Amino acid sequence: MDNPNQKRRQELEKYFDVQGPFAFLRLAQMKRAWRQGNRRQLTWWENTYIPTLISGIWLTSKHFFRNLGFHILHLVGLCKDVRAAVTYQYPEQKRPLGLRLRTRHRLTKREDDSPRCVACMMCETVCPARCIEITAAEHPDPNIEKYPAEFILDLGKCVYCGFCVEVCPEDAIRMDTGILNTSEYSRESMIYNKKRLMEE
Amino acid sequence: MSDIAIKLLLSCGTLAGAFGIAGLLTWVERKQSAVMQDRIGANRATIFGFKALGLFHAIADFLKMLSKEEFIPQGANKFLFNLAPYLSFTFALVAFAAIPIGDRLIVGIRTIDLQAANLNIALIFIFAMMSMGVYGVVLAGVSSNNNYAFLGSMRAAAQMIAYEITMGAAIMGVIMVFNTLDLQMLVHREGAYMLGGWLPKWGIFVQPLAFILFLTAAAAETKRTPFDLPEGEAEIIGYFVEYSGMKFGMFFLADLIETVLVAALMTTLFLGGWQVPYLLPDGFYFPWGGHIALSNIPVVLLGILSFFIKVSFFIWLLMSVRWTFPRFRYDQLMNLGWKVLLPASLVNIALTAVVIILLK
Repeated sequence: MDNPNQKRRQELEKYFDVQGPFAFLRLAQMKRAWRQGNRRQLTWWENTYIPTLISGIWLTSKHFFRNLGFHILHLVGLCKDVRAAVTYQYPEQKRPLGLRLRTRHRLTKREDDSPRCVACMMCETVCPARCIEITAAEHPDPNIEKYPAEFILDLGKCVYCGFCVEVCPEDAIRMDTGILNTSEYSRESMIYNKKRLMEE
Repeated sequence: MSDIAIKLLLSCGTLAGAFGIAGLLTWVERKQSAVMQDRIGANRATIFGFKALGLFHAIADFLKMLSKEEFIPQGANKFLFNLAPYLSFTFALVAFAAIPIGDRLIVGIRTIDLQAANLNIALIFIFAMMSMGVYGVVLAGVSSNNNYAFLGSMRAAAQMIAYEITMGAAIMGVIMVFNTLDLQMLVHREGAYMLGGWLPKWGIFVQPLAFILFLTAAAAETKRTPFDLPEGEAEIIGYFVEYSGMKFGMFFLADLIETVLVAALMTTLFLGGWQVPYLLPDGFYFPWGGHIALSNIPVVLLGILSFFIKVSFFIWLLMSVRWTFPRFRYDQLMNLGWKVLLPASLVNIALTAVVIILLK
Protein backbone atom coordinates (compact mmCIF):
# COMPACT_ATOMS: atom_id res chain seq x y z
CA MET A 1 0.00 0.00 0.00
CA ASP A 2 3.02 2.29 0.26
CA ASN A 3 3.39 2.17 -3.49
CA PRO A 4 2.80 5.80 -4.62
CA ASN A 5 1.39 4.63 -7.95
CA GLN A 6 -1.25 2.49 -6.26
CA LYS A 7 -2.11 5.32 -3.91
CA ARG A 8 -2.50 7.74 -6.78
CA ARG A 9 -4.65 5.26 -8.68
CA GLN A 10 -7.00 4.97 -5.74
CA GLU A 11 -7.14 8.74 -5.44
CA LEU A 12 -8.01 9.08 -9.11
CA GLU A 13 -10.62 6.33 -8.92
CA LYS A 14 -12.21 8.10 -6.02
CA TYR A 15 -11.99 11.46 -7.75
CA PHE A 16 -13.50 10.30 -11.02
CA ASP A 17 -15.97 7.89 -9.35
CA VAL A 18 -15.43 5.03 -11.82
CA GLN A 19 -18.30 2.90 -10.48
CA GLY A 20 -21.38 4.57 -12.04
CA PRO A 21 -23.26 3.70 -15.29
CA PHE A 22 -21.18 6.03 -17.48
CA ALA A 23 -17.98 4.89 -15.88
CA PHE A 24 -16.36 4.15 -19.23
CA LEU A 25 -16.42 7.86 -20.09
CA ARG A 26 -14.79 8.79 -16.84
CA LEU A 27 -12.33 5.92 -17.18
CA ALA A 28 -10.92 7.50 -20.34
CA GLN A 29 -10.69 10.78 -18.51
CA MET A 30 -8.96 9.06 -15.65
CA LYS A 31 -6.45 7.42 -17.95
CA ARG A 32 -5.68 10.80 -19.42
CA ALA A 33 -5.18 12.26 -15.96
CA TRP A 34 -2.95 9.31 -15.09
CA ARG A 35 -0.82 9.90 -18.16
CA GLN A 36 -0.55 13.60 -17.45
CA GLY A 37 0.70 12.99 -13.93
CA ASN A 38 -0.41 15.59 -11.45
CA ARG A 39 -1.46 18.10 -14.08
CA ARG A 40 -4.85 19.54 -13.36
CA GLN A 41 -7.61 19.01 -15.90
CA LEU A 42 -8.66 22.30 -17.43
CA THR A 43 -12.25 23.26 -16.90
CA TRP A 44 -14.54 24.00 -19.81
CA TRP A 45 -14.26 27.73 -19.26
CA GLU A 46 -10.46 27.55 -19.23
CA ASN A 47 -10.54 25.48 -22.41
CA THR A 48 -12.26 28.29 -24.31
CA TYR A 49 -8.99 30.30 -24.03
CA ILE A 50 -11.03 33.33 -23.05
CA PRO A 51 -9.74 33.81 -19.46
CA THR A 52 -6.12 33.52 -20.55
CA LEU A 53 -6.70 35.81 -23.52
CA ILE A 54 -8.21 38.45 -21.29
CA SER A 55 -5.54 38.18 -18.62
CA GLY A 56 -2.82 38.35 -21.29
CA ILE A 57 -4.22 41.46 -22.92
CA TRP A 58 -4.82 42.95 -19.47
CA LEU A 59 -1.19 42.44 -18.47
CA THR A 60 0.34 43.91 -21.61
CA SER A 61 -2.17 46.76 -21.65
CA LYS A 62 -1.29 47.63 -18.06
CA HIS A 63 2.36 47.90 -19.04
CA PHE A 64 1.45 49.79 -22.21
CA PHE A 65 -0.66 52.48 -20.58
CA ARG A 66 1.59 52.88 -17.56
CA ASN A 67 4.71 53.30 -19.70
CA LEU A 68 2.90 55.48 -22.23
CA GLY A 69 1.75 57.78 -19.43
CA PHE A 70 5.23 58.13 -18.02
CA HIS A 71 6.74 58.64 -21.50
CA ILE A 72 4.32 61.52 -22.05
CA LEU A 73 5.11 62.97 -18.59
CA HIS A 74 8.82 62.75 -19.42
CA LEU A 75 8.24 64.64 -22.65
CA VAL A 76 6.71 67.53 -20.69
CA GLY A 77 9.47 67.22 -18.12
CA LEU A 78 7.61 65.63 -15.19
CA CYS A 79 8.33 62.52 -13.09
CA LYS A 80 11.83 62.19 -14.51
CA ASP A 81 12.85 59.87 -11.67
CA VAL A 82 10.23 57.23 -12.54
CA ARG A 83 11.50 55.07 -15.35
CA ALA A 84 9.14 54.25 -18.21
CA ALA A 85 11.49 51.67 -19.74
CA VAL A 86 13.86 49.22 -18.14
CA THR A 87 16.37 49.48 -20.99
CA TYR A 88 19.53 51.57 -21.12
CA GLN A 89 20.24 53.66 -24.20
CA TYR A 90 23.65 52.08 -24.42
CA PRO A 91 26.35 54.24 -25.93
CA GLU A 92 25.02 57.36 -24.22
CA GLN A 93 23.75 55.79 -21.05
CA LYS A 94 25.78 53.04 -19.43
CA ARG A 95 24.67 50.48 -16.95
CA PRO A 96 26.24 50.68 -13.49
CA LEU A 97 28.80 47.89 -13.28
CA GLY A 98 29.27 45.53 -10.38
CA LEU A 99 32.22 46.43 -8.14
CA ARG A 100 33.88 43.06 -8.66
CA LEU A 101 33.16 42.81 -12.38
CA ARG A 102 36.26 41.87 -14.39
CA THR A 103 36.66 44.32 -17.24
CA ARG A 104 39.62 45.26 -19.44
CA HIS A 105 43.04 45.05 -17.78
CA ARG A 106 45.32 47.91 -16.88
CA LEU A 107 48.85 48.10 -15.52
CA THR A 108 49.08 50.16 -12.36
CA LYS A 109 51.79 52.79 -12.02
CA ARG A 110 54.33 53.89 -9.49
CA GLU A 111 54.55 57.53 -8.44
CA ASP A 112 56.94 58.25 -11.31
CA ASP A 113 54.51 56.76 -13.86
CA SER A 114 56.62 53.67 -14.48
CA PRO A 115 54.79 50.33 -14.26
CA ARG A 116 54.49 48.74 -10.85
CA CYS A 117 55.16 45.40 -12.49
CA VAL A 118 58.42 43.67 -11.55
CA ALA A 119 58.30 41.16 -14.37
CA CYS A 120 58.06 38.19 -12.02
CA MET A 121 56.22 36.22 -14.71
CA MET A 122 53.58 34.98 -12.27
CA CYS A 123 50.71 36.18 -14.44
CA GLU A 124 52.27 34.80 -17.58
CA THR A 125 52.67 31.45 -15.83
CA VAL A 126 49.18 31.27 -14.37
CA CYS A 127 47.34 32.52 -17.45
CA PRO A 128 45.21 29.60 -18.73
CA ALA A 129 44.81 31.22 -22.14
CA ARG A 130 48.50 32.11 -22.41
CA CYS A 131 47.68 35.56 -23.56
CA ILE A 132 50.34 37.44 -21.56
CA GLU A 133 53.88 37.73 -22.83
CA ILE A 134 56.38 39.69 -20.74
CA THR A 135 59.87 40.70 -21.82
CA ALA A 136 61.84 41.37 -18.63
CA ALA A 137 64.72 43.80 -18.33
CA GLU A 138 67.04 44.94 -15.58
CA HIS A 139 65.75 47.91 -13.63
CA PRO A 140 68.25 50.77 -13.03
CA ASP A 141 67.05 51.11 -9.43
CA PRO A 142 68.87 48.45 -7.38
CA ASN A 143 65.88 48.13 -5.03
CA ILE A 144 63.73 46.87 -7.88
CA GLU A 145 65.08 43.79 -9.53
CA LYS A 146 63.37 43.83 -12.94
CA TYR A 147 60.79 45.72 -14.94
CA PRO A 148 58.79 44.74 -18.04
CA ALA A 149 60.50 46.08 -21.13
CA GLU A 150 57.35 44.98 -22.96
CA PHE A 151 54.09 43.64 -21.64
CA ILE A 152 51.94 42.09 -24.34
CA LEU A 153 48.38 41.07 -23.54
CA ASP A 154 46.34 39.53 -26.34
CA LEU A 155 42.71 40.32 -25.57
CA GLY A 156 41.71 38.10 -28.46
CA LYS A 157 42.87 35.14 -26.41
CA CYS A 158 42.08 36.41 -22.91
CA VAL A 159 39.25 34.57 -21.15
CA TYR A 160 38.79 37.25 -18.46
CA CYS A 161 39.35 34.72 -15.67
CA GLY A 162 41.16 37.25 -13.50
CA PHE A 163 43.90 34.80 -12.39
CA CYS A 164 46.59 37.34 -13.36
CA VAL A 165 45.07 39.85 -10.96
CA GLU A 166 44.76 37.25 -8.20
CA VAL A 167 48.31 36.05 -8.57
CA CYS A 168 50.09 39.40 -8.89
CA PRO A 169 52.29 40.01 -5.80
CA GLU A 170 52.71 43.69 -6.59
CA ASP A 171 49.13 44.69 -7.40
CA ALA A 172 50.53 45.67 -10.77
CA ILE A 173 47.71 44.40 -12.98
CA ARG A 174 44.06 45.10 -12.35
CA MET A 175 40.82 44.49 -14.22
CA ASP A 176 38.89 47.51 -13.03
CA THR A 177 38.84 49.90 -15.98
CA GLY A 178 35.14 49.35 -16.62
CA ILE A 179 35.89 49.11 -20.34
CA LEU A 180 33.73 46.47 -22.00
CA ASN A 181 33.75 47.48 -25.65
CA THR A 182 37.14 46.13 -26.63
CA SER A 183 36.10 45.21 -30.15
CA GLU A 184 38.48 45.93 -33.02
CA TYR A 185 38.56 45.42 -36.76
CA SER A 186 41.63 43.13 -36.78
CA ARG A 187 43.23 40.53 -34.55
CA GLU A 188 46.43 42.56 -34.44
CA SER A 189 44.72 45.49 -32.81
CA MET A 190 43.34 43.19 -30.12
CA ILE A 191 46.93 42.80 -28.92
CA TYR A 192 47.64 45.37 -26.22
CA ASN A 193 51.17 46.46 -25.41
CA LYS A 194 52.51 48.09 -22.28
CA LYS A 195 51.75 51.59 -23.45
CA ARG A 196 48.11 50.84 -24.25
CA LEU A 197 47.64 48.97 -20.99
CA MET A 198 48.94 51.91 -19.01
CA GLU A 199 46.77 54.52 -20.71
CA GLU A 200 43.88 55.66 -18.62
CA MET B 1 -17.61 66.61 -64.68
CA SER B 2 -17.58 67.85 -61.12
CA ASP B 3 -19.04 64.51 -60.07
CA ILE B 4 -15.96 62.80 -61.43
CA ALA B 5 -13.73 65.35 -59.71
CA ILE B 6 -15.49 64.77 -56.39
CA LYS B 7 -15.20 60.99 -56.79
CA LEU B 8 -11.53 61.32 -57.67
CA LEU B 9 -10.91 63.51 -54.65
CA LEU B 10 -12.75 61.09 -52.40
CA SER B 11 -10.96 58.02 -53.68
CA CYS B 12 -7.58 59.77 -53.52
CA GLY B 13 -8.36 60.83 -49.98
CA THR B 14 -9.37 57.31 -48.95
CA LEU B 15 -6.33 55.80 -50.67
CA ALA B 16 -3.97 58.32 -49.12
CA GLY B 17 -5.55 57.79 -45.73
CA ALA B 18 -5.29 54.01 -45.91
CA PHE B 19 -1.77 54.18 -47.27
CA GLY B 20 -0.65 56.77 -44.76
CA ILE B 21 -2.04 54.88 -41.79
CA ALA B 22 -0.49 51.63 -43.04
CA GLY B 23 2.88 53.36 -43.43
CA LEU B 24 2.55 54.81 -39.98
CA LEU B 25 1.76 51.35 -38.64
CA THR B 26 5.37 50.27 -39.09
CA TRP B 27 6.18 52.94 -36.53
CA VAL B 28 3.16 52.12 -34.37
CA GLU B 29 4.10 48.46 -34.35
CA ARG B 30 7.64 49.15 -33.22
CA LYS B 31 6.71 51.71 -30.63
CA GLN B 32 3.70 49.92 -29.22
CA SER B 33 5.53 46.65 -28.85
CA ALA B 34 8.41 48.52 -27.24
CA VAL B 35 6.24 50.40 -24.78
CA MET B 36 4.31 47.32 -23.72
CA GLN B 37 7.55 45.40 -23.23
CA ASP B 38 9.10 48.20 -21.11
CA ARG B 39 11.46 49.21 -23.91
CA ILE B 40 11.84 52.47 -25.81
CA GLY B 41 11.85 51.26 -29.39
CA ALA B 42 13.40 52.52 -32.59
CA ASN B 43 14.66 56.06 -31.99
CA ARG B 44 18.00 56.35 -33.79
CA ALA B 45 17.08 57.65 -37.24
CA THR B 46 17.68 61.39 -37.33
CA ILE B 47 17.25 64.12 -39.90
CA PHE B 48 19.27 67.23 -38.99
CA GLY B 49 19.39 66.08 -35.39
CA PHE B 50 15.62 65.66 -35.08
CA LYS B 51 14.43 62.27 -33.94
CA ALA B 52 10.66 62.86 -34.05
CA LEU B 53 10.05 59.88 -31.72
CA GLY B 54 11.54 57.52 -34.27
CA LEU B 55 9.10 58.41 -37.05
CA PHE B 56 11.94 58.68 -39.54
CA HIS B 57 12.55 54.95 -39.28
CA ALA B 58 9.58 54.42 -41.60
CA ILE B 59 11.29 56.60 -44.22
CA ALA B 60 14.63 54.92 -43.62
CA ASP B 61 13.00 51.52 -44.09
CA PHE B 62 11.32 52.64 -47.29
CA LEU B 63 14.60 53.94 -48.71
CA LYS B 64 16.40 50.76 -47.71
CA MET B 65 13.77 48.60 -49.37
CA LEU B 66 13.91 50.65 -52.56
CA SER B 67 17.69 50.54 -52.80
CA LYS B 68 18.03 46.79 -52.27
CA GLU B 69 18.62 44.31 -55.04
CA GLU B 70 15.48 42.73 -56.48
CA PHE B 71 16.32 39.07 -56.63
CA ILE B 72 14.44 36.55 -58.74
CA PRO B 73 15.38 32.95 -57.95
CA GLN B 74 16.37 30.51 -60.64
CA GLY B 75 13.47 28.46 -61.96
CA ALA B 76 10.88 30.92 -60.71
CA ASN B 77 8.00 31.88 -62.93
CA LYS B 78 9.07 35.47 -63.53
CA PHE B 79 5.68 36.83 -64.54
CA LEU B 80 3.79 35.41 -61.60
CA PHE B 81 6.66 36.13 -59.26
CA ASN B 82 6.55 39.80 -60.16
CA LEU B 83 2.76 39.90 -60.22
CA ALA B 84 2.13 38.37 -56.79
CA PRO B 85 3.09 41.29 -54.52
CA TYR B 86 1.00 43.69 -56.64
CA LEU B 87 -2.03 41.42 -56.36
CA SER B 88 -1.80 41.13 -52.62
CA PHE B 89 -1.15 44.85 -52.25
CA THR B 90 -3.69 46.23 -54.72
CA PHE B 91 -6.66 44.18 -53.63
CA ALA B 92 -6.09 45.10 -50.01
CA LEU B 93 -6.16 48.79 -51.03
CA VAL B 94 -9.10 48.52 -53.43
CA ALA B 95 -11.34 47.15 -50.69
CA PHE B 96 -11.19 50.53 -48.95
CA ALA B 97 -13.31 52.01 -51.73
CA ALA B 98 -16.51 50.63 -50.25
CA ILE B 99 -15.95 51.72 -46.66
CA PRO B 100 -17.94 54.78 -45.64
CA ILE B 101 -15.71 57.21 -43.82
CA GLY B 102 -18.29 59.86 -43.02
CA ASP B 103 -21.86 61.08 -43.10
CA ARG B 104 -23.51 62.89 -46.01
CA LEU B 105 -21.73 66.15 -46.67
CA ILE B 106 -23.96 68.87 -48.09
CA VAL B 107 -22.16 71.34 -50.35
CA GLY B 108 -24.56 73.77 -51.99
CA ILE B 109 -27.14 71.65 -53.78
CA ARG B 110 -25.03 68.50 -53.74
CA THR B 111 -25.09 65.73 -51.15
CA ILE B 112 -21.85 63.82 -51.12
CA ASP B 113 -21.67 60.42 -49.50
CA LEU B 114 -18.23 60.19 -47.92
CA GLN B 115 -17.58 56.80 -49.45
CA ALA B 116 -15.33 56.31 -52.47
CA ALA B 117 -17.80 53.98 -54.16
CA ASN B 118 -21.37 53.76 -52.92
CA LEU B 119 -22.13 50.24 -53.97
CA ASN B 120 -25.26 48.55 -52.80
CA ILE B 121 -23.24 45.34 -52.44
CA ALA B 122 -20.33 46.99 -50.62
CA LEU B 123 -19.89 44.16 -48.15
CA ILE B 124 -19.72 41.51 -50.85
CA PHE B 125 -17.30 43.67 -52.80
CA ILE B 126 -14.98 43.97 -49.79
CA PHE B 127 -15.08 40.25 -49.15
CA ALA B 128 -14.36 39.54 -52.80
CA MET B 129 -11.36 41.82 -52.73
CA MET B 130 -10.06 40.29 -49.52
CA SER B 131 -10.36 36.83 -51.04
CA MET B 132 -8.54 38.00 -54.15
CA GLY B 133 -5.69 39.07 -51.91
CA VAL B 134 -5.13 35.40 -51.10
CA TYR B 135 -4.15 34.87 -54.75
CA GLY B 136 -1.16 37.13 -54.22
CA VAL B 137 -0.01 35.05 -51.30
CA VAL B 138 -0.57 31.72 -53.02
CA LEU B 139 1.05 32.82 -56.28
CA ALA B 140 4.06 34.19 -54.40
CA GLY B 141 4.65 30.83 -52.81
CA VAL B 142 3.98 28.74 -55.89
CA SER B 143 5.95 30.86 -58.35
CA SER B 144 9.15 31.27 -56.33
CA ASN B 145 10.29 27.65 -56.80
CA ASN B 146 11.09 27.18 -53.15
CA ASN B 147 9.69 24.42 -50.98
CA TYR B 148 9.38 26.59 -47.91
CA ALA B 149 7.59 29.33 -49.82
CA PHE B 150 5.29 26.68 -51.28
CA LEU B 151 4.56 25.31 -47.82
CA GLY B 152 3.85 28.83 -46.60
CA SER B 153 1.41 29.50 -49.41
CA MET B 154 -0.35 26.18 -48.85
CA ARG B 155 -0.80 27.08 -45.21
CA ALA B 156 -2.01 30.53 -46.23
CA ALA B 157 -4.60 29.03 -48.57
CA ALA B 158 -5.87 26.60 -45.94
CA GLN B 159 -5.99 29.27 -43.26
CA MET B 160 -7.68 31.86 -45.44
CA ILE B 161 -10.39 29.43 -46.52
CA ALA B 162 -11.02 28.32 -42.95
CA TYR B 163 -11.24 31.80 -41.57
CA GLU B 164 -12.96 33.57 -44.43
CA ILE B 165 -15.90 31.20 -44.11
CA THR B 166 -16.17 32.10 -40.45
CA MET B 167 -15.86 35.77 -41.31
CA GLY B 168 -18.62 35.56 -43.87
CA ALA B 169 -20.85 33.53 -41.55
CA ALA B 170 -20.19 35.93 -38.67
CA ILE B 171 -21.34 38.97 -40.61
CA MET B 172 -24.45 37.12 -41.76
CA GLY B 173 -25.93 37.93 -38.35
CA VAL B 174 -25.18 41.62 -38.81
CA ILE B 175 -26.67 41.61 -42.30
CA MET B 176 -29.81 39.94 -40.98
CA VAL B 177 -30.22 42.51 -38.22
CA PHE B 178 -29.61 45.58 -40.38
CA ASN B 179 -31.13 44.03 -43.48
CA THR B 180 -28.71 45.57 -45.99
CA LEU B 181 -25.41 44.97 -47.77
CA ASP B 182 -24.84 48.65 -48.41
CA LEU B 183 -22.37 49.78 -45.80
CA GLN B 184 -23.44 53.43 -45.82
CA MET B 185 -27.04 52.38 -45.23
CA LEU B 186 -25.88 49.90 -42.62
CA VAL B 187 -24.10 52.67 -40.73
CA HIS B 188 -27.20 54.86 -41.01
CA ARG B 189 -29.27 52.06 -39.52
CA GLU B 190 -26.72 51.67 -36.74
CA GLY B 191 -27.63 55.22 -35.74
CA ALA B 192 -30.90 54.00 -34.20
CA TYR B 193 -31.22 53.61 -30.43
CA MET B 194 -32.38 50.84 -28.14
CA LEU B 195 -33.30 50.63 -24.44
CA GLY B 196 -35.27 53.85 -24.39
CA GLY B 197 -32.72 55.79 -26.39
CA TRP B 198 -29.73 55.07 -24.17
CA LEU B 199 -27.91 52.38 -26.10
CA PRO B 200 -26.95 52.96 -29.75
CA LYS B 201 -27.91 50.08 -32.02
CA TRP B 202 -24.32 49.25 -32.91
CA GLY B 203 -23.35 45.83 -34.19
CA ILE B 204 -21.40 45.01 -31.06
CA PHE B 205 -24.53 45.41 -28.91
CA VAL B 206 -26.93 43.52 -31.13
CA GLN B 207 -24.42 40.85 -32.26
CA PRO B 208 -21.82 40.37 -29.50
CA LEU B 209 -21.01 36.78 -30.47
CA ALA B 210 -20.56 37.74 -34.12
CA PHE B 211 -18.22 40.48 -32.97
CA ILE B 212 -15.94 38.07 -31.12
CA LEU B 213 -15.98 35.60 -34.02
CA PHE B 214 -15.30 38.33 -36.54
CA LEU B 215 -12.48 39.74 -34.44
CA THR B 216 -10.79 36.34 -34.26
CA ALA B 217 -11.28 35.59 -37.94
CA ALA B 218 -10.12 39.07 -38.88
CA ALA B 219 -6.95 38.68 -36.84
CA ALA B 220 -6.37 35.44 -38.74
CA GLU B 221 -7.07 37.23 -42.01
CA THR B 222 -4.23 39.70 -41.45
CA LYS B 223 -1.75 36.78 -41.14
CA ARG B 224 -0.14 38.30 -38.07
CA THR B 225 1.21 36.61 -35.03
CA PRO B 226 -1.30 34.48 -33.26
CA PHE B 227 -2.18 33.28 -36.76
CA ASP B 228 1.09 33.81 -38.63
CA LEU B 229 1.40 30.24 -39.88
CA PRO B 230 1.78 31.32 -43.54
CA GLU B 231 4.76 33.43 -42.52
CA GLY B 232 6.05 31.29 -39.70
CA GLU B 233 9.05 33.51 -39.09
CA ALA B 234 10.57 31.01 -36.72
CA GLU B 235 10.56 28.03 -39.07
CA ILE B 236 9.67 28.38 -42.75
CA ILE B 237 9.87 32.17 -43.29
CA GLY B 238 6.79 31.69 -45.39
CA TYR B 239 5.48 32.53 -48.81
CA PHE B 240 7.71 35.59 -49.29
CA VAL B 241 10.99 33.90 -48.41
CA GLU B 242 12.42 34.54 -51.89
CA TYR B 243 11.36 38.17 -52.13
CA SER B 244 13.70 41.06 -51.52
CA GLY B 245 13.65 44.80 -51.85
CA MET B 246 10.41 46.64 -52.34
CA LYS B 247 8.52 43.51 -53.39
CA PHE B 248 9.06 42.13 -49.92
CA GLY B 249 8.15 45.57 -48.64
CA MET B 250 4.86 45.35 -50.52
CA PHE B 251 3.96 42.07 -48.83
CA PHE B 252 4.89 43.61 -45.54
CA LEU B 253 2.80 46.67 -46.25
CA ALA B 254 -0.08 44.54 -47.54
CA ASP B 255 -0.29 42.90 -44.11
CA LEU B 256 -0.48 46.30 -42.47
CA ILE B 257 -3.03 47.59 -44.98
CA GLU B 258 -5.10 44.50 -44.24
CA THR B 259 -4.86 45.35 -40.56
CA VAL B 260 -6.22 48.81 -41.27
CA LEU B 261 -8.89 47.36 -43.56
CA VAL B 262 -10.02 44.86 -41.00
CA ALA B 263 -10.08 47.56 -38.32
CA ALA B 264 -12.15 49.81 -40.59
CA LEU B 265 -14.50 46.94 -41.41
CA MET B 266 -14.96 46.07 -37.75
CA THR B 267 -15.63 49.71 -37.00
CA THR B 268 -18.23 49.90 -39.74
CA LEU B 269 -19.99 46.67 -38.91
CA PHE B 270 -19.78 46.58 -35.14
CA LEU B 271 -18.94 49.99 -33.75
CA GLY B 272 -21.28 52.17 -35.73
CA GLY B 273 -18.83 53.42 -38.35
CA TRP B 274 -18.82 57.18 -38.29
CA GLN B 275 -21.71 57.40 -35.84
CA VAL B 276 -21.10 59.50 -32.75
CA PRO B 277 -23.30 58.47 -29.81
CA TYR B 278 -26.43 60.68 -29.60
CA LEU B 279 -25.36 62.76 -32.62
CA LEU B 280 -28.11 63.11 -35.21
CA PRO B 281 -27.74 65.04 -38.49
CA ASP B 282 -28.77 68.29 -36.81
CA GLY B 283 -26.92 68.03 -33.50
CA PHE B 284 -26.69 66.12 -30.26
CA TYR B 285 -29.88 64.77 -28.67
CA PHE B 286 -28.97 63.35 -25.29
CA PRO B 287 -31.28 60.76 -23.72
CA TRP B 288 -31.38 62.88 -20.53
CA GLY B 289 -32.95 65.69 -22.50
CA GLY B 290 -30.08 67.90 -23.56
CA HIS B 291 -29.80 69.24 -27.09
CA ILE B 292 -26.88 70.91 -28.85
CA ALA B 293 -27.66 72.12 -32.36
CA LEU B 294 -24.89 71.66 -34.93
CA SER B 295 -24.77 72.42 -38.64
CA ASN B 296 -23.85 69.88 -41.29
CA ILE B 297 -20.08 70.44 -41.54
CA PRO B 298 -19.18 70.00 -37.84
CA VAL B 299 -21.42 66.93 -37.73
CA VAL B 300 -19.56 65.40 -40.67
CA LEU B 301 -16.18 66.32 -39.21
CA LEU B 302 -17.15 64.80 -35.85
CA GLY B 303 -18.24 61.68 -37.75
CA ILE B 304 -14.89 61.37 -39.54
CA LEU B 305 -13.07 61.95 -36.25
CA SER B 306 -15.17 59.28 -34.56
CA PHE B 307 -14.49 56.85 -37.40
CA PHE B 308 -10.78 57.56 -37.10
CA ILE B 309 -10.77 57.07 -33.32
CA LYS B 310 -12.64 53.78 -33.59
CA VAL B 311 -10.28 52.53 -36.30
CA SER B 312 -7.32 53.53 -34.13
CA PHE B 313 -8.79 51.61 -31.23
CA PHE B 314 -9.14 48.45 -33.33
CA ILE B 315 -5.63 48.86 -34.70
CA TRP B 316 -4.39 49.19 -31.13
CA LEU B 317 -6.32 46.05 -30.19
CA LEU B 318 -4.98 44.05 -33.14
CA MET B 319 -1.45 45.22 -32.38
CA SER B 320 -1.86 44.27 -28.72
CA VAL B 321 -3.09 40.86 -29.75
CA ARG B 322 -0.17 40.48 -32.11
CA TRP B 323 2.37 41.37 -29.41
CA THR B 324 0.73 39.49 -26.55
CA PHE B 325 -0.11 36.00 -27.69
CA PRO B 326 2.12 33.19 -28.84
CA ARG B 327 1.19 31.56 -32.09
CA PHE B 328 -1.03 28.60 -32.64
CA ARG B 329 0.20 25.23 -33.74
CA TYR B 330 -1.12 24.30 -37.18
CA ASP B 331 -3.57 21.70 -35.91
CA GLN B 332 -4.79 24.07 -33.19
CA LEU B 333 -5.36 26.70 -35.85
CA MET B 334 -7.44 24.34 -37.97
CA ASN B 335 -9.33 23.06 -34.92
CA LEU B 336 -10.16 26.59 -33.86
CA GLY B 337 -11.26 27.56 -37.35
CA TRP B 338 -13.36 24.57 -38.32
CA LYS B 339 -14.50 23.07 -35.03
CA VAL B 340 -15.06 26.16 -32.88
CA LEU B 341 -15.49 29.34 -34.90
CA LEU B 342 -17.48 27.95 -37.82
CA PRO B 343 -20.10 26.08 -35.71
CA ALA B 344 -20.33 29.06 -33.39
CA SER B 345 -20.99 31.41 -36.29
CA LEU B 346 -23.65 29.05 -37.67
CA VAL B 347 -25.29 28.92 -34.25
CA ASN B 348 -25.18 32.69 -34.22
CA ILE B 349 -27.02 32.85 -37.54
CA ALA B 350 -29.70 30.45 -36.29
CA LEU B 351 -30.12 32.33 -33.01
CA THR B 352 -30.33 35.67 -34.79
CA ALA B 353 -32.98 34.31 -37.16
CA VAL B 354 -35.06 32.98 -34.26
CA VAL B 355 -34.80 36.22 -32.31
CA ILE B 356 -35.70 38.33 -35.35
CA ILE B 357 -38.79 36.23 -36.00
CA LEU B 358 -39.80 36.32 -32.33
CA LEU B 359 -39.43 40.10 -32.20
CA LYS B 360 -41.59 40.63 -35.25
